[in-house]
Amino acid sequence: MANLNDYQNIVGSAIIEDIKLLAERLKGKRILMINSTAVGGGVAEILNRMLPLLKELEIDIRWEVIKGGEQFFDITKKIHNALHGKDVEIGSQELEVYLETNKANIQDIDFSADVVFIHDPQPAALIEARGDVQRWIWRCHIDLSQPQKDVWNFLKKFILKYDATVFSAPSFSQKLPLRQFLIPPSIDPLSEKNKPLPQEVIDKVLEKYQIPDDKPIITQISRFDRLKDPVGVIQAYKMVKRYNDCRLVLAGGTASDDPEGQIVYEEVKAAADSDPDIHIILMPHNDLEVNALQRASAIIVQKSIREGFGLTVTEALWKAKPVVACAVGGIPLQIKHKYSGLLCHSIEGAAFAIKQLLNNPEYAQTLGRNGREHVKNNFLLTRHLRDYLLLFLSLFYDRDVIYL
Amino acid sequence: MKIKKAKAPFIFYTRHNLTELLGIKAGNLSQLLKYIREVPGASIYHHTHRFLQIHLYLSPEPPNDFSYWVVNIMREDELAERLACIDIIQYSSIRELRDKIATTIEQYLKEYPRAKQRYAKEGQEFHFMKSISFVLPTRYIANNLKEFVLALKEVSIHSIYFHIFESRIRLEKGDNDFSFWLRTSVGENELAEEISRIDPYTFTLEGLRKKLISMIEEHLKSG
Repeated sequence: MANLNDYQNIVGSAIIEDIKLLAERLKGKRILMINSTAVGGGVAEILNRMLPLLKELEIDIRWEVIKGGEQFFDITKKIHNALHGKDVEIGSQELEVYLETNKANIQDIDFSADVVFIHDPQPAALIEARGDVQRWIWRCHIDLSQPQKDVWNFLKKFILKYDATVFSAPSFSQKLPLRQFLIPPSIDPLSEKNKPLPQEVIDKVLEKYQIPDDKPIITQISRFDRLKDPVGVIQAYKMVKRYNDCRLVLAGGTASDDPEGQIVYEEVKAAADSDPDIHIILMPHNDLEVNALQRASAIIVQKSIREGFGLTVTEALWKAKPVVACAVGGIPLQIKHKYSGLLCHSIEGAAFAIKQLLNNPEYAQTLGRNGREHVKNNFLLTRHLRDYLLLFLSLFYDRDVIYL
Repeated sequence: MKIKKAKAPFIFYTRHNLTELLGIKAGNLSQLLKYIREVPGASIYHHTHRFLQIHLYLSPEPPNDFSYWVVNIMREDELAERLACIDIIQYSSIRELRDKIATTIEQYLKEYPRAKQRYAKEGQEFHFMKSISFVLPTRYIANNLKEFVLALKEVSIHSIYFHIFESRIRLEKGDNDFSFWLRTSVGENELAEEISRIDPYTFTLEGLRKKLISMIEEHLKSG
């Protein structure tokens, strides 16, 4: 596992020194992180990378994962979709299962901490366990800009009991009588998913998945989820294919809290209609292979209908790849149209942008280079780590300029 | 050249910034003007200085969030240009800067009342935020000009940002910390004046670091 000094070569020693200074100011404070899955999905990925670094900074931090049955995760998936704005019906019995599961977890979890940091809606109702002098933060990784009202109102009852909330993009914030912070997530440049790879490794992965390197590869890496619109990507590819020979790779796994994945995977296979140049890969969690597929690609697509932040975009930009992505969620924070990638709003728009990039490789290269620089300055793990330290510190002050 | 010992050492501080969302959004220029007058100074500071922190290198974005929104969402190019051209270095407090931004929008709406009719699409509103600054001392301390320039090469870009931008306008010190120290502790009035005359808003932060280092090294050589 990487340690803080390993990041110096990428971000510089002054940044690491500043992080150490901030961490010193948190000595003696106990932090507890709680989410709903230990592996799969962006949240677990960030926590897995960040916790060892926080520990190295001598922050007293623990991570707990709530337990729930299949039914609980079916319901929280529905809640997730409803908060993303999808029309979903959730019955009162289902809400009861949500509450009961949270109650059961309250019995099991040791909440002794000064700051309790809850990620996403699944464990939000744990706030009922709040102690008098504790600070509780709700970290929302979801695009909450157009939530289904009744589901948000149900959840809001709990959120109002927190001290602060954290969102990934300004448009996700809500009118709430509590402090709301903006902290975009990040990627780890030293992780298996983002570290530089030798060409042999990339070639081996292509060989394993039988993807010939004979024409430009267009790739979308995402869970098989309707909100990522994999079928839309296939339609865009078909529009491009009429003029530009290329391959399409749709690769991803399913998170343990996402029971819908298999169904969507079948829909995608049907849409591909046995085209030999479309490679649909349902892969087990394998960061190195994702890294290799991204690096083997000429263009990375992220045609999400809704998106939290869109870390797959961050990963692609870090690899200096030209990206075509829908302007949803946190994606416009990462891509300035025609400067660090191309934004689109439709299947046709995506197809047009892909064609532009395929036909103008120098332009594509410039976009990729700018994208990497933007990620380096704003979306690497070290910036995220610093923001979390600041967030914890901010809970103990209520001024705009704080001298530590 | 004999190196003058400073009367008081220069302690380099660093500063980090956390963004707080105010939950207030403007959907047209009248609302933008209304909230610009009402939001805390920390919000005006955030929207006029954020670009410096996000883009450490030159970017094609206009140098404040108001201007960016006005041109990209409201499509009022002329107002956007007027807002982008506001010479922040001319203002010594956020209060004065807020007044200038507000009167610029007000004046434009008087000249072009039709601009009041234009609304941003849902999801494209202007979201007001503010900056929470955390200021803390670093291990870099300079007792003379030579030590000062060495430290300047080592400190994080956030330290340079704090002493040049935040100190002057947000903490209302009237001048940047470097010039103040050179003038009052080292007696280097000419160099202090030279640094005060730089418009830091037209540099990238790394560019600014290089500029300061070369000015001081030049001064040491010619000394």
